[in-house]
Amino acid sequence: MGFYVAQLLTGLANASSLFLIACGLSIIFGVTRIVNFAHGSFYMVGAYLAYSIVALFPDSILGFWGGVIAAALIVGLLGLIVEMTILRRIYHAPELFQLVATFGVLLIIQDMTLAIWGAADKLGPRAPGLDSAVRIMGEPIPEYDLALILIGPAVLAGIWLVFHRTRWGVLVRAATQDREMVGALGVNQAWLFSAAFVLGAALAGLGGAIQIPREAVSLQMDLSVIGDAFVVVVIGGMGSVSGAFVAAVLISVLNAFAILVFPQISIVLPFVVMAVVLIVRPYGLFGKEGSGHGAPTEPEQPLRLLSSRATLVLMALVFALAASPVVVSDFASILLVDVMVATLFAVSLHFMMGLGGMVSFGHAAYFGVGAYGAAMASNYLGLPMMPAMIVGPLAAAAAALFFGWFCVRLSGVYLAMLTLAAAQILWGVTFQSQAYTGGDDGILGIWPAAWASSDQAYFYVAFVLCIGGIWFLRRVAHSPFGYGLRGIRDSDVRAEAIGMDVKFHQWMGFALAGTMAGVAGVVFAFSKGSVFPDVLGIAQSVDGLIMVLLGGIHALAGPILGAGVFVLIEDWVSRLDYWRFIFGMIILGVVLLAPDGVAGGVDRLLRALGLRREGQA
Amino acid sequence: MLEVKDLTARYGRAQILNGVSLQVGGNEVVALLGRNGAGKTTTMKCIMGLVHQKAGEITYDGVSILGKPSHAICRLGIGYVPEERRIFGDLTVEENLEVGDRPARPDAPEWTRAHLFELFPNLAERRRNLGKQLSGGEQQMLTIARTLMGNPRVVLLDEPSEGIAPVIVEQMARVIKELKAEGLAVLLSEQNLHFARAVADRACIIEKGTLRYEGGFADLDAHPEISQQYLAV
Repeated sequence: MGFYVAQLLTGLANASSLFLIACGLSIIFGVTRIVNFAHGSFYMVGAYLAYSIVALFPDSILGFWGGVIAAALIVGLLGLIVEMTILRRIYHAPELFQLVATFGVLLIIQDMTLAIWGAADKLGPRAPGLDSAVRIMGEPIPEYDLALILIGPAVLAGIWLVFHRTRWGVLVRAATQDREMVGALGVNQAWLFSAAFVLGAALAGLGGAIQIPREAVSLQMDLSVIGDAFVVVVIGGMGSVSGAFVAAVLISVLNAFAILVFPQISIVLPFVVMAVVLIVRPYGLFGKEGSGHGAPTEPEQPLRLLSSRATLVLMALVFALAASPVVVSDFASILLVDVMVATLFAVSLHFMMGLGGMVSFGHAAYFGVGAYGAAMASNYLGLPMMPAMIVGPLAAAAAALFFGWFCVRLSGVYLAMLTLAAAQILWGVTFQSQAYTGGDDGILGIWPAAWASSDQAYFYVAFVLCIGGIWFLRRVAHSPFGYGLRGIRDSDVRAEAIGMDVKFHQWMGFALAGTMAGVAGVVFAFSKGSVFPDVLGIAQSVDGLIMVLLGGIHALAGPILGAGVFVLIEDWVSRLDYWRFIFGMIILGVVLLAPDGVAGGVDRLLRALGLRREGQA
Repeated sequence: MLEVKDLTARYGRAQILNGVSLQVGGNEVVALLGRNGAGKTTTMKCIMGLVHQKAGEITYDGVSILGKPSHAICRLGIGYVPEERRIFGDLTVEENLEVGDRPARPDAPEWTRAHLFELFPNLAERRRNLGKQLSGGEQQMLTIARTLMGNPRVVLLDEPSEGIAPVIVEQMARVIKELKAEGLAVLLSEQNLHFARAVADRACIIEKGTLRYEGGFADLDAHPEISQQYLAV
């Protein structure tokens, strides 16, 4: 019995920090509608700052808690800088821009943290005065855990008081429901948004700072916490602080007991709980459907078939690509395979987002399943390259059919979150099934068949599969099925009213996009000769989003340009020191300066040169 | 005091207003009449800074407010009561009023909670209830009271009689007369000619985003073909 009580208390102590991060994220989303990927960075910086400040006052109770609070305040200041210099300019941009911009901030903060504190993990001190354990029902419980158990509800009560007893809190709650109306009543939204962002960032900083006696401070803290924080926010309901508390406790306590039965579960458990909650309550436990008010969005331009001249240009480009390994070096043909893989991945994501209107934060899942499917078929079943290349996309299709069935029941940011959850579940399973997937060590030695083993020959294999896949998705976009998908994106109610099975259409669109991402994954696996769990990770998914964004979401050519530019930039930048910082700056530059992406820029250039008539898309 | 000249507006590619001009005097109630989709709400949203793609002139006290953010327009003394009410459902009646609260201004009457609860006795009884628990008529009163908390000089009232019980419509008419008696100017959008005639000094009729008629109700009654052409459904 005592043992179970101890597990419960550990779970509750874990819940406190998770709640602090998640409620900050939830407040920021509620007021500004920004899904803040950089929130984990605030948490990480809070921990590093607390580590450094507390070290100045060894063994002082006041120094410890003062340091924790100072760290939270400095992180709040950091949040203010981020909000005023970056986010304030993109509140009216589509959510994809905001998400990618905050990912750019995440990269920049990561390298700045590396530059300031170095790569080695830091072990924080124990909290003075709370450094021993008390016995509860015979089990030793760290005193500091008990303090944490009190901090969570105390912060919740504090936030409740601020939100219900101050004018600012009332305005924040009103803005969470209908921020345009709050503006029309004379409230300056810019100021309200900044304040909400600062509060959210400071809470994340506090969440990181109170963790220093419990876990090592490391550069992995940002991405490792952000998945769980998203999950807690979604389970609780986006924008609901008390929901975040309930969800944090639910996840942490379930986790504390579940690891007794099945120790590997902790990576996937939160996402499984989230998937279940979203299916039962699509807006989370305490969430509501967002207000439809706001600026009306510009209707999407209809897609047009290319003119005959444009088709000729495109054919020439494809021909040049096909002829290229003959004229260029081996290295360039390897790079071109990377470009084509990235392009098919980006085009499949664009198919789902741009045409299907379903934003995915976890498209890497299907890329990764394709890659692993082929790798495992080749390694364990001993299949030759060609049959393995069929197994990969089939596996991706199965995964996309399975997760897509759940995802299409939601829409907007909740759908995006569930795709992220699906990707994290698959990542977790891959990471932990050491016996089958090699876990962190990945699967090595997946080489193409002998006839395709030269770089040039493999280039043509990749060429046929990737260009063929892109051509196929384009055909589908201009088929009746593609019209249906776009109709649903523009108005699901009207599509339903004319007799279309909306969910089925979206499900099939999801599955097709996943399958083609799987094809890209297969080509990737055989070109690298190995696969690692990274191919299913958040970073890979975000790479796809960045490619789509770089190209601009409104044109079919967008992801093609975006992927090309992305791979070339990455190839160049990733050889430099502090490449994350540089890459983050490039992302921010694109988001702030070229809001319609590279394709939009090319489009404007063509118009300026008179090669394209006004109004043509 | 409030003057709109050659106002055009669009949502994306759809042109909604093709040159609307109208004025509202210092203590005048002007009815903006027109059918569904004629552009009444868009006109009001343009004045309030809630439509971004617009051109023309909008001046208040001789100063251009076109392109200003909506909070700045509100702070100049223009209050907006939206058609869909848009009350904050998860906030109590008192908290809804708190959101609208602005400091008093020298050129406009000051509204206190006590005064508003006198004008809308139902709200006084329900002050601790959440916005979403109110009836449609009570929500309509709350949205007007919330705007008055900002102590405006001009109130833009978008279809106050829409979708509420006849007895509440009568109460709305009394409220509008009370606003005029307090010295406010009102721009009222309406589809209902009888209601407009009962409360307004002048009428403007718009159709397909263009102003078709401007003048008194007596003229309008003398030429029934005008209302027949632009208002009859």
